[in-house]
Amino acid sequence: MTSSLLFNITTFAYLVSMLCFFAFVASRAKVLGTAGSAIAFGGLLLQTIAIGLRWKESYSLGIGHAPLSNLYESVVFFSWTIVLIYGLLDLKYRYRVIGAFVMPFALLGMAWAQLGLDSGIQPLVPALQSNWLLYHVITCFLGYAAFAVACGISIMYLIREIHERSTPANDQSIVATFPSGRVLDDLNYKSIMIGFPLLTLGIVTGAAWANYAWGTYWSWDPKETWSLIVWFIYAAFLHARITRGWAGRRAAWLSIVGFAATIFCYLGVNLLLSGLHSYGG
Amino acid sequence: MTINEQSGFQSLWDYFCSLKLTMFLLITLAIISIIGTVVPQGALPPEYLQTISQNKLKLYQALGFFDMYHSWWFILLLSLLSINLIACSIKRLPLIWKTITQPVVVMGAGHEKTLSNLTTIETRGDASTLRDRVAAILKAEFADPLITETDGAFHLFAQKTPWSRLAVYAVHLSVLVIFIGAIIGSLFGYKGFINIPEGESVGKVMSRSKNEIDLGFAVRCEKFSVAHYPNGAPKEFKSILTVLENGQPVQGYNRVPVIVNDPLTYKGITFYQSSYGKFGEHEFTISDPNGRNPQSLIIQSNGSAKLPDGSGICLQETTPDISRFMPGLSGPAAQVEVHLANGENKEFIVFANNPAMNRMNLPYTGGKLLQYRGGEEFMYTGLQVAKDPGVWVVWVGCLLMVVGIYAAFFMSHRRIWVRVENGTVTVGGNASKNQGGFQIFMERLVTKLKDQLSSEDNK
Repeated sequence: MTSSLLFNITTFAYLVSMLCFFAFVASRAKVLGTAGSAIAFGGLLLQTIAIGLRWKESYSLGIGHAPLSNLYESVVFFSWTIVLIYGLLDLKYRYRVIGAFVMPFALLGMAWAQLGLDSGIQPLVPALQSNWLLYHVITCFLGYAAFAVACGISIMYLIREIHERSTPANDQSIVATFPSGRVLDDLNYKSIMIGFPLLTLGIVTGAAWANYAWGTYWSWDPKETWSLIVWFIYAAFLHARITRGWAGRRAAWLSIVGFAATIFCYLGVNLLLSGLHSYGG
Repeated sequence: MTINEQSGFQSLWDYFCSLKLTMFLLITLAIISIIGTVVPQGALPPEYLQTISQNKLKLYQALGFFDMYHSWWFILLLSLLSINLIACSIKRLPLIWKTITQPVVVMGAGHEKTLSNLTTIETRGDASTLRDRVAAILKAEFADPLITETDGAFHLFAQKTPWSRLAVYAVHLSVLVIFIGAIIGSLFGYKGFINIPEGESVGKVMSRSKNEIDLGFAVRCEKFSVAHYPNGAPKEFKSILTVLENGQPVQGYNRVPVIVNDPLTYKGITFYQSSYGKFGEHEFTISDPNGRNPQSLIIQSNGSAKLPDGSGICLQETTPDISRFMPGLSGPAAQVEVHLANGENKEFIVFANNPAMNRMNLPYTGGKLLQYRGGEEFMYTGLQVAKDPGVWVVWVGCLLMVVGIYAAFFMSHRRIWVRVENGTVTVGGNASKNQGGFQIFMERLVTKLKDQLSSEDNK
């Protein structure tokens, strides 16, 4: 059993899970929602094993390091954290249907990693040989994942709002399985409440590492600046909660813009701009 | 002060306290920060200068786009954010402080109406017995209550984590602390760079603002080395450094290995492994194909020169003994690249004691014979040097921020009031956050109170 095979099975599991959730939204058959989340949990377990196995494989190659060192590994880890955060939310609040709007992100990540990225295990370049790598990457990606979940929930909020404006609510409508607008707004806030402290920790551990390795905790490198932009947007979101007229639709849009900025911070900076994070983490 | 002035001041004050300003500043900061990630910052690379028109360059320079994070308008926005933070805190903190230090300990009729979790329990027993029982239950389930007696009724008040209300102000304060740390660093610290050849020492640093700074001691590079993985990727860059005071090695700072991610700190100044290179001089001769009319040509390590026919030559790599790479051959050799007149680049090896092989390169060197004579080469290490006395302030700010955000999001000030009269117990409570969770807690507490008060009734 290799990690590569397990990652392929994981990708397939996330695909099936997503399709179950879509069918659940269309048919409102509860069993499909349960199946969707059960398969997502199964996939999460497989992926956890696969990541552990890849870690072990790197040691067998004599270049042992945590599997968080290049674009392939970070995309896989991002998928893992998205499903993890969704899983925690599912266990706590049991709104299955959110999976229909979150699993596509996880699937997209895994599919891109498996089909489009170089999955070879490379030795760690000197710049990454530090324990800070682990703390920095884990906190950042858990934060990103919480923002992905918040973005999915915000899209649901907007769909629900548009739908309700055009057609009166009834049991047959496509949004019948959705939680109420108030609950969605609250869940959006709760996800960002998880993501924001983690992003803050991610930026702080990044600064600590930069100071330790380069002697500057902040150098306005594009990656750093974009992480700060993301932080500003979510800080604005949190203050929007207590500002009149900013809850609901505007908050949902802020959350979506925040996630778009997050994705640019993660991928856009590496693919389009130049800077210190050129190894793809 | 006239009424007009007063209201003018008042509206300015309200403006600085407003959340609208906060939202505006956060969103504006997010948007304009993008500029500096698209436009290069600091020293402009020549490739960039070729792509930009003169007018645009002048405009960007005038607007400060090439150093935007230190431009007056960016600093102004950060200052406004700081004023906004301070003003909000001055406005709201006194009330919050009062809520914490002078809690309302008696649930009056007016106060009662504001509580969403309110239950009245009808039971038997006189007020003082009930008071003791309720106090015991509160202490066990929640927190030790404060008991006040007014108008023949007993009022119990218990609370948890009242200071969590301060968390959001701690986060705001932490932003200011980080700014202060950054200001201290920029006023009293510096960043610089030094190159030290192997075996030599350096006591002065050129800072980024082009000032020469005397370290007060010297650093000697004993050795620099690069290790590689089997696939050729770099594994480790290592300098062996010694700190010298008055020319003598300092105890504990003698031959310290410094690698990427593991710097050396001495007297508050830190040295980071950052780059490396070679320097030295190499001698070549250019002669007629038969060796007559030799002329000497000196090229620096990784440097370039012109051949007699005007084509450029770059020195890429040299070795004192080629046999390691090409068994069967011996002596010094140099790898060079020649830029031919037709625009082509030709890479080849020049030997010190193999004229026959060197003659094969005649077509690339304008018909002249190029030979390598040898050279001396040293590695040098490139170290980033930093002194930042404000960094600890920044870490204190970061710690405060992380703890503050955690407390602000996940800790709630919960308060419970109980009024005990003869035959009636009224319970109310509220929480600053997580109302849902608190409601469930209150329902459980009320059930427990009902059970225990009625079971003890029947004894």
